[in-house]
Amino acid sequence: MTQSTILSLVVFLPLLAGLALLLVPRQRVVFCRWWTLAAMTAGLVASGAALSMMQKGAAGMQLVHRVPWIPSMGIDYFLGVDGISIYLVLLTSLLGPIVVLSAWRSIGEKVREFHFLLLLLQAGILGAFLSLDLFLFYMFWELMLIPMYLLIGVWGGPRRVYAAIKFVLYTIVGSLLMLVAILYLYFAHHAQTGMYTFDLLRLYGTELTGPQQVWLFAAFALAFAIKAPVFPLHTWLPDAHVEAPTAGSVVLAGVLLKLGTYGFLRFALPLFPSAAHAAQPLFLVLAVIGIVYGALVAMVQTDIKKLVAYSSVSHLGYCVLGLFAFNISGFSGSLFQMISHGLSTGALFLLVGMIYDRRHTREIADFGGLAQAVPWFAATFVFVTLSSIGLPGLNGFVGEFLVLVGAFGANRIAAAAATTGVVLGAVYMLWLVKRFLFGPLVHEENRMMSDLNGREVLLLLPILLFIVYLGVHPGPFLRRMEPSLHATLTLSTPGPGRVETLRMLQLSTGSLRGSGTGWKAGAEGATAPRGASVPLLPATAPEFTAVVPAPGVMDQVLTVTASAFAVSASAVGNGVAR
Amino acid sequence: MHLVPFPLLALIPLFPLLGAAYCGLVGCGLFKKYGEGAIHWPAILLPWGSFVVTLIAVITLAGAGHGAVLHQRLWDWFRIGSLSVDAAFQIDRLSAVMCLVVTFVGSLIHVYSRGYMKGDASYWRFFSNLNLFMFSMLVLVLGDNLLVMFVGWEGVGLCSYLLIGFWYRERKNAAAGMKAFVVNRVGDYGFTLGVFLLFWGLAAAPASLLRGQGGEPVAAAAVHEVAVGHGEVATSPGEHGAPIGEAAGEHGAAVSHGTEGSEAGRTPVSSVTFRDIERIMEDPARRDAVLNQKVLGFGLITLVCLLFFVGATGKSAQLPLYVWLPDAMAGPTPVSALIHAATMVTAGVYMVARLHFLFAYSPVAMTVVATVGALTALFAATIGLFQYDIKKVLAYSTVSQLGFMFVAVGVGAYWVGIFHLVTHAFFKACLFLGSGSVILGCHHEQDMRKMGGLRKLMPITAVTYFVSACAIAGFPFFSGFFSKDEILWKAFDSGNMLLPGGGIILWVLAATAALCTSFYMFRSYYMTFSGTYRGAQGHGTHDAHDAHGGHGHGLPKESPRSMTWVLAILGGLAVVGGYIGLPILWGLPNAFETWLEPIFEGSHHLIHSAERGHGAEWGLMLFSVVIAFSGFFLARWLYKDAKSPIPGRLLASRNGLVQGFHRVVFNKYYVDEAYQASFVNGTVGLSGLLSWFDRTVIDGIVNLAGTAGRFCSGIQGWIDANIVDGAVNLVASLSMRAGRSLRKVQTGRIQNYVLGLTAGAVVLVVIGFLLKW
Repeated sequence: MTQSTILSLVVFLPLLAGLALLLVPRQRVVFCRWWTLAAMTAGLVASGAALSMMQKGAAGMQLVHRVPWIPSMGIDYFLGVDGISIYLVLLTSLLGPIVVLSAWRSIGEKVREFHFLLLLLQAGILGAFLSLDLFLFYMFWELMLIPMYLLIGVWGGPRRVYAAIKFVLYTIVGSLLMLVAILYLYFAHHAQTGMYTFDLLRLYGTELTGPQQVWLFAAFALAFAIKAPVFPLHTWLPDAHVEAPTAGSVVLAGVLLKLGTYGFLRFALPLFPSAAHAAQPLFLVLAVIGIVYGALVAMVQTDIKKLVAYSSVSHLGYCVLGLFAFNISGFSGSLFQMISHGLSTGALFLLVGMIYDRRHTREIADFGGLAQAVPWFAATFVFVTLSSIGLPGLNGFVGEFLVLVGAFGANRIAAAAATTGVVLGAVYMLWLVKRFLFGPLVHEENRMMSDLNGREVLLLLPILLFIVYLGVHPGPFLRRMEPSLHATLTLSTPGPGRVETLRMLQLSTGSLRGSGTGWKAGAEGATAPRGASVPLLPATAPEFTAVVPAPGVMDQVLTVTASAFAVSASAVGNGVAR
Repeated sequence: MHLVPFPLLALIPLFPLLGAAYCGLVGCGLFKKYGEGAIHWPAILLPWGSFVVTLIAVITLAGAGHGAVLHQRLWDWFRIGSLSVDAAFQIDRLSAVMCLVVTFVGSLIHVYSRGYMKGDASYWRFFSNLNLFMFSMLVLVLGDNLLVMFVGWEGVGLCSYLLIGFWYRERKNAAAGMKAFVVNRVGDYGFTLGVFLLFWGLAAAPASLLRGQGGEPVAAAAVHEVAVGHGEVATSPGEHGAPIGEAAGEHGAAVSHGTEGSEAGRTPVSSVTFRDIERIMEDPARRDAVLNQKVLGFGLITLVCLLFFVGATGKSAQLPLYVWLPDAMAGPTPVSALIHAATMVTAGVYMVARLHFLFAYSPVAMTVVATVGALTALFAATIGLFQYDIKKVLAYSTVSQLGFMFVAVGVGAYWVGIFHLVTHAFFKACLFLGSGSVILGCHHEQDMRKMGGLRKLMPITAVTYFVSACAIAGFPFFSGFFSKDEILWKAFDSGNMLLPGGGIILWVLAATAALCTSFYMFRSYYMTFSGTYRGAQGHGTHDAHDAHGGHGHGLPKESPRSMTWVLAILGGLAVVGGYIGLPILWGLPNAFETWLEPIFEGSHHLIHSAERGHGAEWGLMLFSVVIAFSGFFLARWLYKDAKSPIPGRLLASRNGLVQGFHRVVFNKYYVDEAYQASFVNGTVGLSGLLSWFDRTVIDGIVNLAGTAGRFCSGIQGWIDANIVDGAVNLVASLSMRAGRSLRKVQTGRIQNYVLGLTAGAVVLVVIGFLLKW
């Protein structure tokens, strides 16, 4: 596998494997499971290969795969990876086989479809992490919505339909506004440079006026804040988690939420630095509220899964807090926290799923004293709990600490308030442990429960090892992410440093040399085939060079907005129809 | 201060870690197969291995000269921007003392545990956790920076949590474990904020120097700028390079830092490493810049120290966070001895001594530390007066004695605090293990009212308990006398306190506490060991949490040899342990002070004496002896052989004052109840409220939006069905009707058509006429 196509392999391997699965007769469930497991494992190997091919210490995009896709509109098939996305890709790939193993016994109906959707979801997430073309990103972003929707809606719990629709509608509202913002940016960039392109690295260079930045940032931020989720846009999360099957919860908490924070890091902050800085107080406050509020609400939940879901709100608050600290420790802590939350909360959901498979309940009151019945399960649960509450020496501490150090540098009060989350985290998790695992074994039906079996040990083991390794020796991870984070930080800081960094980044991917297909309508307009450009571009467009998009473009944006709302309205309608 | 590489250093914590991993991962299976020997031999020998390595380190250290620090850097833990944290260990004279205590007392308690935990079904888990504790405690002590220390700091908290809740089947034990962890976390909140504030405060110092605004509060922006930088550390200007770089220049190879972190000849912008912080504080320009910073109206260093001290109050059970320690007695008694008396709880004292170069610069922080210590000493000692549970007496005694240590480090007598830490480790471990021996002998009875007469039944336990009680009470020539007396004198003589009368208030509080100490210790001795056995002899009323077969029958008998030997060794040290630090007043060599002198010389010039003179010192020493004996005789008079009727009469007293006082103190001043009512219920109540808010308001708005959407769709649907479709249908029906009526016209008869044609022509003509064609 060559350097340029490895990322495509990472993205398309699950997709192709999923499509191939549809050719298998639906009764052959065992084959479906093994096939998916093999595909996911191969995907993990591919991601590992991508990591090994990467150059250490480089800030820019690597392993770039770039093919013109719709040249007339400046849309490329453009994948690339840097020190930021590689870890999220690896996390996604690592959770892939684990999720398949976790569903080995618990999914009994529509097995083939379930696994097809898992693979599709995997492809969507990986694609979203690797896309450097905004159009492509948006496509993957929406693509992963559908399998998740179906996973919750078909294999979920009693209130699955409500939860699935809530999840989809919430996400769509945000993403449609983001689409509008993407298109606006696209036209604004053209108005400035005469070039139509969705190339993220070029769009970074778009110069926008203050109000433009604010509106565009708001649209992007809304989409990502819903996904993350940032208080008060979080209420879809507990419902989705409680109703989703274990596999869905693990992917949802493990990686899907990270697309929100990743979106901030990759898109919202560096594209609109002034607006992002202006929004810093707002997001610091929301992040702190999320941390404390999520922890407090988690404390009184009676459903273990819901408790863990609210703990995710709290933990993702740290990620957002770190990002809006706008310094390197905040950024790196945030990214590290994304990874370690994926591991520890993923493991918690897996463990809760295992208990659910045995007892078909998740109410804390139905348990108590499990440590006597299932000691190894209990030991693992306590271990993961310690990781989740940030015990130094395990993964959770590093992220939390770096985020809080960074936040303290940005705003002492916010950091001091956020640090209370560390205390509250210990309270709600240890209280859960106490009621769940310790004390007398009050319910006799729990006594006969079987302890972890070989499959469960196998699927938990990699996570546990990473929990220790990331906590004890995070150096290599941090070293690899630091240059890219520095570059992103510079891009996210308004000022002269941006231009140089941007140039460096663009050089690294060939965005500058024009080897991409960004179609230069102004200069080459005469020679370019007119016919090809007709579909999207108004005939007058090449003449406008002002910063403010031309009325024609504005019309289009309005049209798109209107149609976007029409789509969302029809989605609502469909929701009602169900 | 110079660094000497010492590659064996990591073995000290590594040995117990191996033991923990062995017992925890494969111990369960081996225990079932081969019995207890497969567990306790490795688990006991490995900590002794640490002790041996520690001895080697101490000998090396003694030979390496004044101010040497043995150092081993393992790997860089994390390094981002100007924050650089190594996984590195150091052992200097201070940590050497701690390390010796921890490995020696810890290993002894492992030996003791072999007898105490015999027959427990989770034998392997106990030793695994105990080894893990040793590892964490050694990391705490040996860490060369605040964060490695914090790893140990939280690690010992974890082990404490696991071991308090060791018999987790009882809700009470699990609750006590959780309480310990959570209260410690509250303290750690302070610790963490202290680290943040210190880190950014140091980072801001050169920046504010540059701007010539040293006295101003540092704006967040300035802080931001320093640390963000561009990969490289924004180093301070050269003016404060020369004097500090000595160590980095000479011993750069030993430390082998990466090049980008700290270039030779310059201190880093900011650091969490102890020696770097100390070096920054030794550099006059940077020190002034640090000291002049104000945060929230406090001096930066004052606030930093107070925050660290919050951490210390959590770990070392001081007011107001002491509440977890008495409950922690739910754990097995060797755990109480090791973790909750000898080692872990002294971590706060160690930290303050470790950070003496910060605390000494803040008279406010010093005063707070000493005052909190003195208040805690008295407060806990009074609670100890009326307890009946032998372990509770010792627990409150520990809280009280830790208060003494904080008085010492608070007034700047760091070596005295550590000295008392050492002697306390001996006599308190001996007392706890003695109580464990008693508890085991009395078939898991902890109530002293049901004991008595054990001196004849358990002679070794009784003797060791008695000498340790003499030591803690401060009888002359016992170890506790030297350390406690020195504390009282240093408090009295302190010139650093911002209290009225200097340290005299502290002295009054601490001396009263010493009187209480003497009384409650001998009360517990006489209640337990004198008179006749009052315990139940036929049946046991204890819980069935462990598997000591056949307990609850017969008279108590002396514990097994492995336990009594340990008691004898510790009892011996409780007597003679103090001779390492004989009073200078007596003209005798004080080896302990000399040993620690290089550690604290950096802050020596900041610690002042009130110059109260030798006469006063002699006087106070005499007074201490009087105090110790008064407590002893009072307790002997009231409790020996349970003969005196006075305690019973006082208890039965109808006098409101006596009764009220006893009730308040006996119920520990209702502090637990107050915390429960305020913090615990407050938090849970707030959580419930927020959960309701989440479900009803936030989700309500979401659902309302959904309902509104449905409603709009409904209207839309109605419009669709009735108006849009209606219009279509209207057109359709109109044309249909039109067609139907027109059909009538299509008769097929020619005359009708002709008529129509004619009529049409006429109409046209008429119209044409009318329109004046």
